[in-house]
Order: sequence, then structure tokens, then C-alpha cells
Amino acid sequence: MSTAHEAANPLLEIKDLRVEFATRQGVATAINGVDLSLQRGRALGILGESGSGKSVTARTIMGLLDTPPAKVTGGQILLDGEDLLAVTPKRRRELNSASVAMVFQDALSALNPVHPVGRQIGELYRVHRGYSPAEAKKAAIQMMDRVRIPVAASRVNDYPHQFSGGMRQRIVIAMALALDPQLLIADEPTTALDVTVQAQILELLTEQQVENNMGLILITHDISVVREVTDQVAVMYAGRIVENGPTAQVLSEPAHPYTRGLASSVASEELKGQLLPAIPGSPPDLLNLPAGCAFAGRCHLANQQCATEVPELDEIAAQRHTACFNSQEVLAHA
Amino acid sequence: MSTVNPADGAQAVDRSPQKSRGAHRRWWLKPRFAISGSIVLLMILMAAFPQLFTGFGPGPTESCDILKSNQPPSAAHLFGIDIQGCDYYTNVIYGARASILVGIVVSAIAFGIAALVGAVAGYFGGWVDAVISRVCDMAFGLPFILAAIVVLQLFSERNVWTVIFALSLFAWPGGVRFMRSSVLEVRNREYVQASRLLGASNGRIIAKHIVPNAITPLLVLQTLGVGGMISAEAGLTFIGIGLTPPSVSWGLQLAAARDYIDAAPHLLLFPAVFLTITVLGFVLFGEAMRDEFDPKGK
Amino acid sequence: MLGYTVRRILQMIPVLLGATFIIYALTFLMPGDPISALTGERPLPEATVMQIRQAYHLDDPFFVQYGNYILGVFRGDFGIDFFGRPVLDLILERLPVTFALALTAWVLKLFIGLVIGVYGGLRRGQSGDHFALVFTVLFMGVPGFVIALGAQTYFGVHLGWVDPAGIRAGWPMAFILPALVMAFEAAAGLARLTRTSLVEVLRAEYLRTAKAKGLSPRRIIWGHALRNAMIPVVTYLGLSLAGMLGGAVIIEAIFNIPGIGGLMVSSINNKEGTIVVGIATLLVLVYLVFNLLVDLTYGLIDPRVRI
Repeated sequence: MSTAHEAANPLLEIKDLRVEFATRQGVATAINGVDLSLQRGRALGILGESGSGKSVTARTIMGLLDTPPAKVTGGQILLDGEDLLAVTPKRRRELNSASVAMVFQDALSALNPVHPVGRQIGELYRVHRGYSPAEAKKAAIQMMDRVRIPVAASRVNDYPHQFSGGMRQRIVIAMALALDPQLLIADEPTTALDVTVQAQILELLTEQQVENNMGLILITHDISVVREVTDQVAVMYAGRIVENGPTAQVLSEPAHPYTRGLASSVASEELKGQLLPAIPGSPPDLLNLPAGCAFAGRCHLANQQCATEVPELDEIAAQRHTACFNSQEVLAHA
Repeated sequence: MSTVNPADGAQAVDRSPQKSRGAHRRWWLKPRFAISGSIVLLMILMAAFPQLFTGFGPGPTESCDILKSNQPPSAAHLFGIDIQGCDYYTNVIYGARASILVGIVVSAIAFGIAALVGAVAGYFGGWVDAVISRVCDMAFGLPFILAAIVVLQLFSERNVWTVIFALSLFAWPGGVRFMRSSVLEVRNREYVQASRLLGASNGRIIAKHIVPNAITPLLVLQTLGVGGMISAEAGLTFIGIGLTPPSVSWGLQLAAARDYIDAAPHLLLFPAVFLTITVLGFVLFGEAMRDEFDPKGK
Repeated sequence: MLGYTVRRILQMIPVLLGATFIIYALTFLMPGDPISALTGERPLPEATVMQIRQAYHLDDPFFVQYGNYILGVFRGDFGIDFFGRPVLDLILERLPVTFALALTAWVLKLFIGLVIGVYGGLRRGQSGDHFALVFTVLFMGVPGFVIALGAQTYFGVHLGWVDPAGIRAGWPMAFILPALVMAFEAAAGLARLTRTSLVEVLRAEYLRTAKAKGLSPRRIIWGHALRNAMIPVVTYLGLSLAGMLGGAVIIEAIFNIPGIGGLMVSSINNKEGTIVVGIATLLVLVYLVFNLLVDLTYGLIDPRVRI
């Protein structure tokens, strides 16, 4: 498999995606022209603060947006060349879980409280593969074993509230992996968990991703999670990708002032004893996006051009892109 | 629009659109409030000053002419004439007083008892709560209408205040439970704990923090209950266990009209329409209030 | 489960005692002398009155009378009326009629309320939902007995589809109209509750999960949403059946149905305190039993509740 071939046939390719929300105060632009691509067997981190559009991106890929108020106003999401935004609802249901699956943030609310976990996992086999109840239950137990839930066979009839937080997240992962999807989207999968459990869950995700040669999209606001798990990272701000590239490079030598702000807001050895630098200001009003760069209001490098023109996502090095007029300056000061 | 905090926009995207703070502005101008509020206001006005609506003419039992009994509506008598030969329009207008008075006073009493007892039960907990909750259970176990009937039968002549007494006796347990649970929610909030640490007395904490923060849902509940009390009164009166003559009320008028359904259907129609509009007005008003002030209950 | 049930039954006892005590005290306060009500115009000889008063323990202190009464109730003895008939028999004779009415009304209400509630909840914010909302407000707003009167006049007298009053036609014909009236009035609340609960559940994260699992809308609604939405509804439904027994009084009076409502009103008029208390005691018992059943069912449909 050559690199050129891979690049030509990515597992997932998002082109110029645009999503708006109708709110009481007006139309909010949640995603404003996002391009992304992901190869098989690779892990992509989407990094950003709340409201940056990263969760909306995930939901759009899964077809989980509530429409209305949400509306996809443009773009394509190609999964293996098939545009998810153009498929029929029936095809969409076939693809969900079988080709693209999702791990949710809060496992307790993501699981149905009135059904045993075994039935919730087994339901996938019943619906997508037509298994009998007994076969589905057996498959569910196997799946629970695979995500290393101890004595799975005896817990298959337990209800979600009877499991610990970490075990519940494993069940959600088991559900997502049940039909061997090609693409797994994990939306803040560890945010609701204890730190020690976080590490275990991330390890499980990485292991499963590598073993099954899946594409993984990991959505988070936690830089350390991105650094640990992903090969590539895309940084989102106000519905746009402001920087992307190989994870290690982007985080160590950020080319966008926002990325630099994020990267330096994580405590590191060099900063010991000093105040943590924070990014001043707050995210822009999505109802009234500024004419120029959305980050300009919080950027110490902002100039006249930033206020009037929207910077394009330009290549600055091999595989690296950033949307900043002053990226060279940012890189120089890193 | 330009005053919206930038952060609000971001939030609006992350969770589907939420009610903005601006929605609370000028809520009384909303059509539902305006319509139901006008009905409620009109009915209260009718109950307080029926003369305003009858052109300061003769009262309900004055200037009756028994020879004209049961005449249908005409230009001189808009709603016709009743069995006793009295102008029915005047009678129906004066009938508002009993219904409105019963509805509002019973709900107000239930509101007062529920606010006080519910706050005490929720705030102190322990055996106080246990006793109050058991008493509520007992009162809840008795079917409301049945209990009211038993009380009403203690009186051979029943006026508005008798009916108010009977209905009030058993109208409060629901409110007490409701208030108790909202107080339980408020009780452990930080500002309550803070003022306890600062040495405020229990009475002061209940009056200054607990009640003001827990009372809105109860107010909404009891407003919704006004319509129910009005129909309970009318229903009881209709089957002969509520108000007795010489009271003037829609229930009594309906009961009297029942024997003349074929001869004088207008006698049934007008009080029924007035009663329905009143109850509907109060229910709509309560609903509008709930949607506005207690979005959780929606 | 068994321990819980026993504990709940024990908890019922003080409630039962309290509620019957309230009613007993109230009827005790009833004005007028029951014996003079019994004999009418012709006064009885002093000795006979004394004899009757003794036979019925009318001269015992109030608390003794109540104590005797409640002890009797626990043995299934609700006392006798002034004609010597056991009160329990009198009530049991009328109870089937009221039960038939209340149960018919309840089933109709269940059907109407759930259908409207689910329909409105699934079409939240659409015209179907608004229509359902207007419908429920209307039936909540129009007093039940006004609907009853209208229905009786129109369907009973005008169209002659059913007898306007009485139960000569037997079940179901004689019960349909009064039961429908009761059902519509009560269905509004049920529809509201169902709709609210469903709307809430439809926003739940686990329904997003169900969608992510690629389930069909039908399966999402029936398999995942409705059962959760029914949790608060079940409580309400159980209690409302008990409530309907008590609420049948006014409807029974309007449609002239010889149920316990009618018995109650006539007993009050005849100063037959034992019957009034008996009816109240029985209704309180029914309410408590339903309450218990509801709480036991709760554990079945919501696994988070362990009993």
C-alpha cells in the first residue's frame, strides 16, 4: 500500500462542511467550511473549546444532528467515497454502527436505563445481522469480554446503573465496536471519568483501533489526550479548522496563535513555578461572526488584514496547514 | 441582538436553542397571557362589581315578573327570563361572584397552608417531616369530592363561606407535598448553607431564602387549581350538595334549568357558557404562567 | 420484595386509621338525631329510644365508638344500618356498578390519553401537537358535569342513542356515555403527562445512542423511548383509578346510576353515618392498595428502583 494510493482513497473525507443552527436570536454558524481527511488505521484528534464545532462535526458525520434547529448548508462527508449527506435514511441506518460508530461522553446517559446492557449490545446483532436472541446474547458476551469487562457472562443481564463509570464506558465502547466499524468517533470519551480510569479507556481505544485497523476520530479539549492517542490533529475554532498536521509537530511547534495558546496552557516542565498563561477573551459570537479572522479579537498579533480578511488554511510545511496571516511569526517565536 | 453575550451564542449551538433571558421581558404582552389574563380579569371584575355589567339596574331577584317565566332571549332580556320570571342576564352576571370567590379563596388558602407547612416539613425534615407527610397521606387517601360532600352535609344551609370551608379542608395536601419537594431542592443550595454558617436563625432562613426560592412552582400549581375548584363548586352545587338558595350561582342555575331542558334550553346554555369560559380562562392563565415561570413543568 | 411489601402494609395502617377517623369524626358531628330521622313524624316511646341507643352504642364516648368500629372493620364487619342490614353488604351490592363505571372510564381514558399524549409528544411543535394541546386544554377547562349535561341532553335526549339516565340497558350501553364523559375529562391530564414525559425522553442521550446504532425510528420509539416515558405515567395511572371511584359521585348523580355515589348521597340525607363511614373506609382502602400496587409495579418497569 503506497502513501500516494492512501492519500487518493482516504477512509473519510470531509469537504467544505457547513452547519447552521436556528436559534431564537438568529442563525448561529456552528461549522463554517471544514475540510478533513482520515486514512484507515490512523487516529485523528479534533481539538477545541466548547462551541468550536468539534462535537457538531462528530454528530454531523453520524447523522445525529437534530434538524431543525440544525441545518447542513453545504459540503460533503465521504466515507469510502459514499457521501453520507446524500444517502437515504435507510442506507444511513445501515451504515451507522456497521461502518461508522460513536462512543459518547457520558456513558450513564448514553445507555438506556431500563434495558440490560447485554440486550443493548445484542440489539445491534439482532437488527443489523438478524441474529436470534440467543446468538445476540452470546455475541454480546464476547463483545463484553473483548473490552475486558470481568466475568462478562454473569453481568450480561445487569442494568447500566449497576456498573461503575469506567465499566459503563467500556460497555459503550463494546456497543460501538460490535459490528466492526471502519471508523470510530469518540466524543470526549474520558471527560466524565476519573484520571486513572481515563488512561485505561484510552489504552483500550488505541488498542482496538490498531488491532482492527480502524480510523479513529477523537474529539476532546484535552491536549494530553490528543498527544497520547492521535497521529494527526486538527484544531478547531469558531467552526473552522485553524491548524492541522501531525500531532507531535503541531503541539510542539504551533503555527497558529490559538494553538500556541492552547499548547502553552498545559502545565509543562519549563513553566514550573510560573503562572499558567491563559488565552485572554472569550470565543466569538457565533450569531455574528466577525468579517475577518474569528480569533483576531483575542490575538496579540492581529493587524488590519486580520480584521477584514478570513485567512485560508494554507500549507506551511509537508502535511501541515494553518489559517493565519502571521504563521511565520508564530513559528519563529515558538 | 447586539447585547447578547458572545458566550451565549456558543452555548446555543452546543445544546439546542435555549430560552434566552430576553424572553422574560414583557411576558404579559404574549397573546396567551393577554387573552387568558383578560378573561380572568373580566371575571374578577364581574364578581366584584356585577353592577358594572348590568348597567346599575335592579339586582338579580328584583323586578321579577312570574308571569313571564321561562321566556326565551329577547331585545329587552338578552339571556331571556328564568323560572321565577327574573331577568336571566342579571342573574348570570351575579352568579360569577360565588364561583370566583370559591375558586380564588380556596386556592389562596391551600397556597398559604402549603407554603407554610411544606416549607416547615422540607426544611426541618426528621420527625416533623414524617408527621406532616403522614397527615398528608391521610388527607390524600380520602377522595376529595367525597370528603367535601361529607363536610358540606354538616350544614343544612350553605353559603359561599361554607363551601369555601369544606373545600379548603382537603385542598392542601397536594400543595404541601409539592412545596416540600421544592424546598428539599433549595435547602442544600450553597447560599442557604452560607447564611446558616453566618448564624441566621431558622425562621429567617425559611423566610428569606427557602420560601422565596421555592414558591414559584407552588404559585403556578395553585393558579392551575383555581379552575378545578370552580368546577368542583359548580358540580357539587349542581347535584344539590353545594350552595343552597338564596345564593346566586351558576351551579344552582344549571340545576334549576335541568328540569326545563326542552322548554327553556337558554336557561342551561348561558350559565354553562359562562362557567366554561371562566374555568377555561383560569386554566389557560395557569398554563401560561407555568410555561413562563416554571419551564421545568412544561 | 416481601419485606418491602410487609413494611408498606404496616405503613398503611396509620394512614387508614387517620383517614377513617377524620370521616368518622365528621359524620359524628352531623346535625340531627339519627333516630328521629328514622322514625319520622311519630315519636317513639322513651324506653324504645333508650333501647335503640344502647343497641347501637350511641351513648358511648366518641373514642370508644370509633375504637369499636375500627376493630370491626379489621374483622370485615362494617356495622349495620338502621334497618339492621350489614353495611358491607349494602356497599358490596352497589360497588360493582361503580367499579364497572370507573373501570370502563379508566380504560377509555387510558386509551384516549395515551394516544393523544404519544401523538403530541412525537410531533412536538407541529400542528398535530398543537391540535392535541388545544384538545386537552378544552377538556381540562370545561367542567366535567357541563360536558355530562351536554352529552346527556344531546346523545341521550335528542338523538336517543342511549338512555339518558339509569342502567336499565346494562353494561356496556348504559355505561358508555357517563364513562366517556369521565374518560375525556381525566384523559386530558394523562395526555399532558404522557406528552411531557415523552418529550423529555426523546431529548435523552440514550435515544441519540439508539440512532447511532442505526435503529429504525419505529424501534427507537417502541423499544427505547416509550418504556422510559411510561415510568411517571404508571404511577399516575394507578392512583387515578382509585380517584375515579371517588370522582364517580357527581357523574352517578347526573346519570342516575345506582352506585356507591348515590348510596353515599342518600345515606347522608338519611343520617346513616355508618354507611357513609363504610364507603369512605372502603375507598381509602382501595386507594392504599392501589398505591401499594403502583409502587410494586414501579420496580418492574424501572430497574433503577430496587424494592
